[in-house]
Amino acid sequence: MSHRFTDVDAVQQDLHKVDYLCDSGLAGVVYLADRLDKPVLVEGPAGTGKTQLAKSVAEMTGSRLIRLQCYEGLDEAKALYEWNYKKQLLRIQTERDADVGWDEVSDDIFSDEFLLTRPLLEAIRAVDPIVLLIDEVDRVEVETEALLLEILSEYQVSIPELGTMEALQVPLVFLTSNNTRELSEALKRRCLYLHIDYPTMEREKEIVLAKVPDIAENLADQVARVVRSIRRLELKKPPSVSETLDWARTLVLLGVQHIDADVAAETVNILLKYQSDIAKANKELATVEGIEP
Amino acid sequence: MTAYETDLPTLPVEAGDPLLDLLNGFIAELRAVGIPASLTENLDAMEAVKHVPITDRETFKYALAATLVKNQAHWKAFETVFEVYFSLRGAQYEIAADDLDEADEADGEIRAQGDRGSGGDMLSPEELAEMLYRALMRGDSEMLRAAAREAVRRYAGMEPGRPVGGTYYLYRTLRNLDLEGVLERLMDAEQHTEGDVDDFDLRLRRDEFELRIAELKRQIEAEIRRRLVADRGVEAMAKTLRKPLPSDIDFMHASREEMASLRKAIYPLTRKLAARLVRKRRHGRAGPLDFRSTVRHSLSYGGVPVEPKFRHPRPHKPDIMVVADVSGSVAAFARFTLHLVYAISSQFSKVRSFVFIDGLDEVTSFFEGTDDIAEAVHRVNTEADVVWVDGHSDYGHALGVFWDNYADDVGPRTTVLILGDARNNYHAPESWIIKALQQKARHVFWLNPEPRSYWDTGDSIVGEYAPHCDGVFEVRNLRQLEAFVDRLA
Repeated sequence: MSHRFTDVDAVQQDLHKVDYLCDSGLAGVVYLADRLDKPVLVEGPAGTGKTQLAKSVAEMTGSRLIRLQCYEGLDEAKALYEWNYKKQLLRIQTERDADVGWDEVSDDIFSDEFLLTRPLLEAIRAVDPIVLLIDEVDRVEVETEALLLEILSEYQVSIPELGTMEALQVPLVFLTSNNTRELSEALKRRCLYLHIDYPTMEREKEIVLAKVPDIAENLADQVARVVRSIRRLELKKPPSVSETLDWARTLVLLGVQHIDADVAAETVNILLKYQSDIAKANKELATVEGIEP
Repeated sequence: MTAYETDLPTLPVEAGDPLLDLLNGFIAELRAVGIPASLTENLDAMEAVKHVPITDRETFKYALAATLVKNQAHWKAFETVFEVYFSLRGAQYEIAADDLDEADEADGEIRAQGDRGSGGDMLSPEELAEMLYRALMRGDSEMLRAAAREAVRRYAGMEPGRPVGGTYYLYRTLRNLDLEGVLERLMDAEQHTEGDVDDFDLRLRRDEFELRIAELKRQIEAEIRRRLVADRGVEAMAKTLRKPLPSDIDFMHASREEMASLRKAIYPLTRKLAARLVRKRRHGRAGPLDFRSTVRHSLSYGGVPVEPKFRHPRPHKPDIMVVADVSGSVAAFARFTLHLVYAISSQFSKVRSFVFIDGLDEVTSFFEGTDDIAEAVHRVNTEADVVWVDGHSDYGHALGVFWDNYADDVGPRTTVLILGDARNNYHAPESWIIKALQQKARHVFWLNPEPRSYWDTGDSIVGEYAPHCDGVFEVRNLRQLEAFVDRLA
């Protein structure tokens, strides 16, 4: 089958075009996912653009994004497929008077027509190009993970009544995890692993410049520097990229040209969400002596 | 250490393919470090590298990482192995035989930077310092790399064939560079050159410089590694330079850098542990039959108990009393244990903590009403009153204080955790206290950060206390600590 991408650089540039700035490592993994037909397991701190990556890849390849949000208690009927019970019942009732054999009816009511496809099945039955996003996979129980294994390695779903449904096209699959628990070895083995960390200062500045309209270059530079310094502290919840962007937008709205200690102290609550973190950041940033490197 | 070290099958390699040979060695080394690279992942890696240009080192590295390393905590170890096996093989890294004492192409680079007038063979120490200063000032990474090379060549004093690890050379190089002084100088310059710099600005610049210096250290380390590998070969050095995974780092012998990675590792660990415990509680089996509720619900079925009802199990939530030795070498261990216990304190009905060296002090209040466990632990280390006479561990006296002041609070729901190496400096052990505590408390557990083979050697008297405890555990690293706490809750 044909591949979506020509080389790693092309991936990086295309992602750049849809305003997703990344390094060549990340682009390389996306490229490999396409070449090896393997799903990508994306881990990393909250708010570093894990979900956005899937969205951006969908946008850049012109694919449809199918999303399965995981939660505790997710089951087969919600993730894979379900029989349309009501419709089956109607069908049986309609045929009651007609003189139809048992075999015929039972065959009939377990056919495509009565199947309700859920995200995973939908993703492999679709004919148009698909990016499948399985979000926060660490939220399901270990046992439920097993549901995913067949589709992740073989791109097929076995339905006892119908047989095996194979993929009409191989979707690009992204799984994201916030790492609240160890995922099973079986799942990890089937995936390429990608860890997205906080961006470097330079990269974050580019992101701010790309995403916040009307921001001055030197303000963006300062924003990225302050955020980097704050992330170096030991905090409960370091600021995410989305919080950096919120902060930058706020500063633009307030008409701030230059960040000084006062401005930082007044607006730092946009970056940090815990009182103890805010207190710590304010205390630390007020001193010239740095933390222990 | 791990099961992976032994003999997972490696790929049959066709003779004469150097890349496959190299990859096989690389993967074997990863397993030796403790990274669980399975056979299928091995195959995936082989497949993956076919698709990326081998000349693009960054992408090549990520291709290997994506297929082989599925846990972020293993990244550092992977990076080290990768550097040893691959990064040092580019043409620009070829080392001439006489490179160790002669000028090499690094000089050429320096000249190309145009930062010095004369083209002599060696830079004088002053010139080197100046070059370093400028490189740090500008954040010029090329120049920084050249300076790192020059510094290693000049100061590390590396002798071919000498079987030492890189740490010694690193220490020698850094000692000569006086990076603290350079930082001061940089900050001074910042303060004086421009007119309107406030403290906030200075702070940001200091962070910037500190990061650049950290980068310089990394470069120096890489340079030393490169030379070591060139000198003694990949396999030997891979073994010497092996970095343990964070969960395998020994508490008592962790370097500063390792401590930092431990501190980083403990946050996700506590989060995972807490989530797991909550889940365990919630999905625990149902409790005993609730007769009343069953009869009540049977009414809707005409008195037939169709739907038996069960009581919710009431999970056992122990009271925890942590009694921790915070003297010298075991302090780090106590710190991590306290951190972990408080991070999951919602799993216990009450947590009280005590620290001692030869005196003993309660530190529970440091942890109450604060979200910041790290800060609280820091306060424990600085503010608690733990010295009685001379600040050498005296378990007997410390336990005595505990018995006199707090024994009344130990009840049948209490679990007492004693943390320490039981190195008592030949004081009286007073082990009757442990025995008495064990009779009052639900459990008494002793956690010892020393390897089991060291117990009862020298002034260690674990053996005196052990018979009176419900369990004595060797807890030397995060892996063992996690396993213990998991059992406890």
